[in-house]
Amino acid sequence: MIVAIIVVAVVLVVGITVVVARRRRRGRVASASPPRAAMPTVLVTELTERPSLDVATLAQRLGSSRGVFERVRSLSGVGALSAEQFEVVEEVLLRSDVGVATTTMILDNLRVNGAPDGVANAVRASLLDSLTADRSVTTTAQNGRVPVWLFVGVNGVGKTTTIGKLAKRQIDEGRSVVLAAGDTFRAAAADQLEQWATRTGADIVRSAEGADPGSVVHDALGRAAARGADMVLADTAGRRSNSTNLLDELSKVRRVADREPGQVVETFMVLDATTGQNALSQAREFLAAADVTAIVLTKLDGTARGGIVVAIERDLGIPVKFVGIGEGVDDLIAFNPGDFVDSLLAI
Amino acid sequence: MFDALSERFERLGTSLRSRGRLSDADLDEALAEVRGALLEADVELGVVRAFLDAVRERLSGDALSQSLSPGQQVIKAVHEQLIEVLGGSALKVTYASKPPTVILLAGLQGAGKTTTAAKLAAWFKQQGRQPYLIAADLQRPAAVEQLRVLGSQVGVDVFSEPSSPLNVARHGLKEATRLGRDVVIIDTAGRLSIDEALMDEVRAISKATSPHYTFLVIDAVTGQDAVVTARAFHETLALSGIIVTKLDYDARGGAVLSARGVVGRPVVFASTGEKMEDFELFHPDRMASRILGMGDVLSLIEQAEQRMDADVVAESAGRMMSGTFTLDDFLAQLNQVRKMGSLGGIMKMMPGVTKEMRSAANNVDEGELNKVEAIIRSMTKRERREPVIIDGSRRTRIARGSGTSVSAVNQLLKQFNDMRKMMRQMSGGAMPSMPGMGRMANMAAKAQRGDALPPGFEALGAGMKAGQPVRGGGKNKKKKGGRVTPPKQR
Repeated sequence: MIVAIIVVAVVLVVGITVVVARRRRRGRVASASPPRAAMPTVLVTELTERPSLDVATLAQRLGSSRGVFERVRSLSGVGALSAEQFEVVEEVLLRSDVGVATTTMILDNLRVNGAPDGVANAVRASLLDSLTADRSVTTTAQNGRVPVWLFVGVNGVGKTTTIGKLAKRQIDEGRSVVLAAGDTFRAAAADQLEQWATRTGADIVRSAEGADPGSVVHDALGRAAARGADMVLADTAGRRSNSTNLLDELSKVRRVADREPGQVVETFMVLDATTGQNALSQAREFLAAADVTAIVLTKLDGTARGGIVVAIERDLGIPVKFVGIGEGVDDLIAFNPGDFVDSLLAI
Repeated sequence: MFDALSERFERLGTSLRSRGRLSDADLDEALAEVRGALLEADVELGVVRAFLDAVRERLSGDALSQSLSPGQQVIKAVHEQLIEVLGGSALKVTYASKPPTVILLAGLQGAGKTTTAAKLAAWFKQQGRQPYLIAADLQRPAAVEQLRVLGSQVGVDVFSEPSSPLNVARHGLKEATRLGRDVVIIDTAGRLSIDEALMDEVRAISKATSPHYTFLVIDAVTGQDAVVTARAFHETLALSGIIVTKLDYDARGGAVLSARGVVGRPVVFASTGEKMEDFELFHPDRMASRILGMGDVLSLIEQAEQRMDADVVAESAGRMMSGTFTLDDFLAQLNQVRKMGSLGGIMKMMPGVTKEMRSAANNVDEGELNKVEAIIRSMTKRERREPVIIDGSRRTRIARGSGTSVSAVNQLLKQFNDMRKMMRQMSGGAMPSMPGMGRMANMAAKAQRGDALPPGFEALGAGMKAGQPVRGGGKNKKKKGGRVTPPKQR
């Protein structure tokens, strides 16, 4: 297989290069094609003329000032749904980022089962059916080992902030916490975590920028064991989920964290609520590389709804356990499926 | 070329595939598929609708080409429309007559503003300017520190002070003028667009510094919310352009189209990685391909031209096609390909490569490639030219010499032979059959039949067939981001 891959790569690259070179030569002889005229941006004019773009005006179009879904809600129990009702449900779901697959599934459910208790309830029930996983959080390890919470995710989702908030939560519940500044890549990431440590009263182990993240985690475990701390919260550098090398590095950090005296009891993938369909591929890759056990959905106080977590839980069985709802140290709450679904539908 | 979309069309299994007229029913069906593809790529629903209307108009207005099947016509229209929307009017950065030229960066938390600020500074420096960075993000802990570190990496001074964001911006601007810097880049606090206080703050900074350019930094993995964000910032700041980040992720990046559609301002720069040099001008055609799930052939070509030795490649490719391919040629090619980065990365940019191939390529690690190289290097010159002479005792010697096992040597030789056979068949016009290469085979066959392949591929097919070495081909004057002219329809 390996030879085949190399050859395919070679053939394609060579083919392309040769052709392009030839084309470019040809282009020179025949003099360059006329410069591309600046085209009008059709879409932009379309947009300003289309009122349906706006959520608010969409609601108006449907004759409701209380939001699109209110309208659906009021149309309860009248047998089969109208095409317009389907359209509205579809629109609400797609706009909340649940994705095409989940939307199709829910529409199919509606088609098959109808909506005896109203459309809103039917959709709500469908969504809740996908959110049934166990959401309890493990804070203890076996036989005297130090429980470790590992935090993974792509860049800029709020990993460090989440750790700060969760550290506060644990300390409030009476546990002593050691933070491991395992993000040795991003400039000043350790500084940021240190500020959280000071703010929450957690202990912190850090190292120089560019240091091996595994060694930082290892040192944090040593410190925690020596001081009898109750748990270690380990930060990792944000990384894209489509790079084998970066994922391998993450697997290694996890292995180190799971070695005596530590034991990884939760691996949180931190996910930004504004993320679209790529979140599913992130979850899949991080699950494979670091055995993700839960999701922390951040920035849910913005306008984004984070609907993709429904697909993640349904497809991969990874539940959301916490949601971040603001920048304050206490703005992190346990995930409640009912509330979440309501907010998804409350456009 | 349009993998995702063509596959969808193939599934439809209707008259879309055959030649003929595009009926209204065909069009509806095809556009429904386009809609699905765009939504899966995270293009916002409203933008999708407007886009589909425009495509429909384009198709009804254009004189329909006789040589394309209805499906291909739709794909062509979609691609053209995408490029038109994404490209539109380009932004040309002109410098203020009375320096400094002030640039304000705004965007949501985590979109990558701080990193972008440093990359932008590096870019201006490369243009021969003297940029200055102002760290006005006093919200996120250590954001100032982060910019300082990045600033020192790219050799650009960073101004900040522990006062208020507004004062930092004001004083920084004054300082830049005093130092005679001609470009000033202001990094602001990340914000959630609903946060009025922070929106007021950025508005105040904008008023106080009256920036010549205000860029929205948007993350390519963003979902439907991209539109809300873009609109909120546009209403507050009157954006002059968009910078898209995280294009190195495997997201389709429909958010770019959403933001572009709403803001109506051009996408100017694209950030494609964590390193400071991973920053480039935005290429609408590549983004269009990406949104539709095709490979990024143009980037691949550019990389190939930059890094591969065209002579070596062309020579061995020529032999490959003529069936006199040796292990030496293979080794030369292996090394050329390795120069371009990981196999997985290359496969990702390649259209028409199956998922299985892609994941297999992803799983090939450097160690395995090293082993292949070691085995070949442990052979004598004659063995490399005529692998048939490698008998049992030679195999043992090669295995020992390369620190591998006899079975590894056997495997390599067997694969090499299979491959050579396949190459011979391919150049001879027969259909090669090899697991996992169905698509390629398909492409090659199509090329030989002279079927209309999607733009770009037709040529590739021809290249594979002819495979004439082109000396110095890769050293031609490089047209940065030059568009490959669409192939003539036959």
